Amino acid sequence: MTATIENPNYAYPARSKRRGPNLEKAGWIFMRVSGVVLIVLIFGHLAYNLLWTPGGIHAIDFGFVGGKLADPFWQWWDVLMLWLAILHGSNGMRTIVNDYVHKPRIRQVALGAIAVAAVLLIALGTLITFTFDPCPPTADPSLLPSFCAEL
Amino acid sequence: MSETSSSLTLPDPTPRKTSFSGTLYRGNEGMWSWVLHRITGVAIYFFLLVHVLDTALIRVSPEAYNGVMAAYKNPIMGLGETVLVGAVVLHAMNGLRIILVDVWPWATRNQRLLFWIVMGLVAALMLYFTPTHLINVFSPVEGGH
Repeated sequence: MTATIENPNYAYPARSKRRGPNLEKAGWIFMRVSGVVLIVLIFGHLAYNLLWTPGGIHAIDFGFVGGKLADPFWQWWDVLMLWLAILHGSNGMRTIVNDYVHKPRIRQVALGAIAVAAVLLIALGTLITFTFDPCPPTADPSLLPSFCAEL
Repeated sequence: MSETSSSLTLPDPTPRKTSFSGTLYRGNEGMWSWVLHRITGVAIYFFLLVHVLDTALIRVSPEAYNGVMAAYKNPIMGLGETVLVGAVVLHAMNGLRIILVDVWPWATRNQRLLFWIVMGLVAALMLYFTPTHLINVFSPVEGGH
C-alpha cells in the first residue's frame, strides 16, 4: 500500500510567505532539544531521590532537600530542570489548546492562564532555590541537615 | 522535514486491516503513541505545577515542607508515584522515537517497530524502578514519625 497525499488542504503551509523569525520552528526545535536534556535531568532526579537514596520516598524531608540544595551543583540542576520542564510543558499545553479550543475568546484565556502559570512558577522556583536558608535559626534542630549543627 | 515536493510518498511495508479502514492513520501504533504522548504530557504538566508549589514550602519552614511530604509517603500516593514515573518514562522514550521519526527516514518507515521498542524500553525501565520504589513505599518507617 502506498499513501500519497497530493495536495493537503492545510492552513499552515511549510513554506510561509510571512517574513521575520519563524517562532513555530524555534518552538519545534526547542521541544526536541529540551526534551533530550530533560530526560537526563529528570531520570537523574528520580534515580538519585527515589532509587539511590536509602529509604527512597521516606527519606525525603527538609533535611534531605535542604542538604541537596545547599550544594550549587544541585541548585543549578534543579533550576535548569525547572525552567526547561515548565517551558516544555507549557508549550505542549499551548499546542493542545490550539488543537482543541476553537472559540477565540476561550482560547485566549486558556493560553493566557498557561503563560501566567509558567511565569509565576519559574519565578517562584528560581527565587526559592537561590534564596532559601538550609539552617533557619529558629527551626527545630532535629529537622535540619546534619551540617547545620557545625555552624 | 527536508522534503521539497508537495507530495510525500512512503511505502508501507505491512498493511493491516483495521475496523477504521479508509483512513491513513487511525487505529494503529502511530495513533496510540500520539494519544499516549498527549495524555502523559498533560498529566505530567499538572503534577509539575503541584510539585513546584510543594517544593516551594522549603522556603516557609521545615515543618511545612515535612507536612506536605508526608502526603507523598502515603501508600496510595506511592502507587500514584509509580504510575507517574511510568508516564514520565513513556513520554521520554516516545519523545526519542518522535525525534528519530522526524530526522531519519529509516525511522519514519519503521515507526511501527519503534513503537514496540519504546514499549519494551518502558517495561524494562519500570522493572528497574518499581520494585525498589514499592519496597520503600510499603516499608515501615524506622524512628516512627
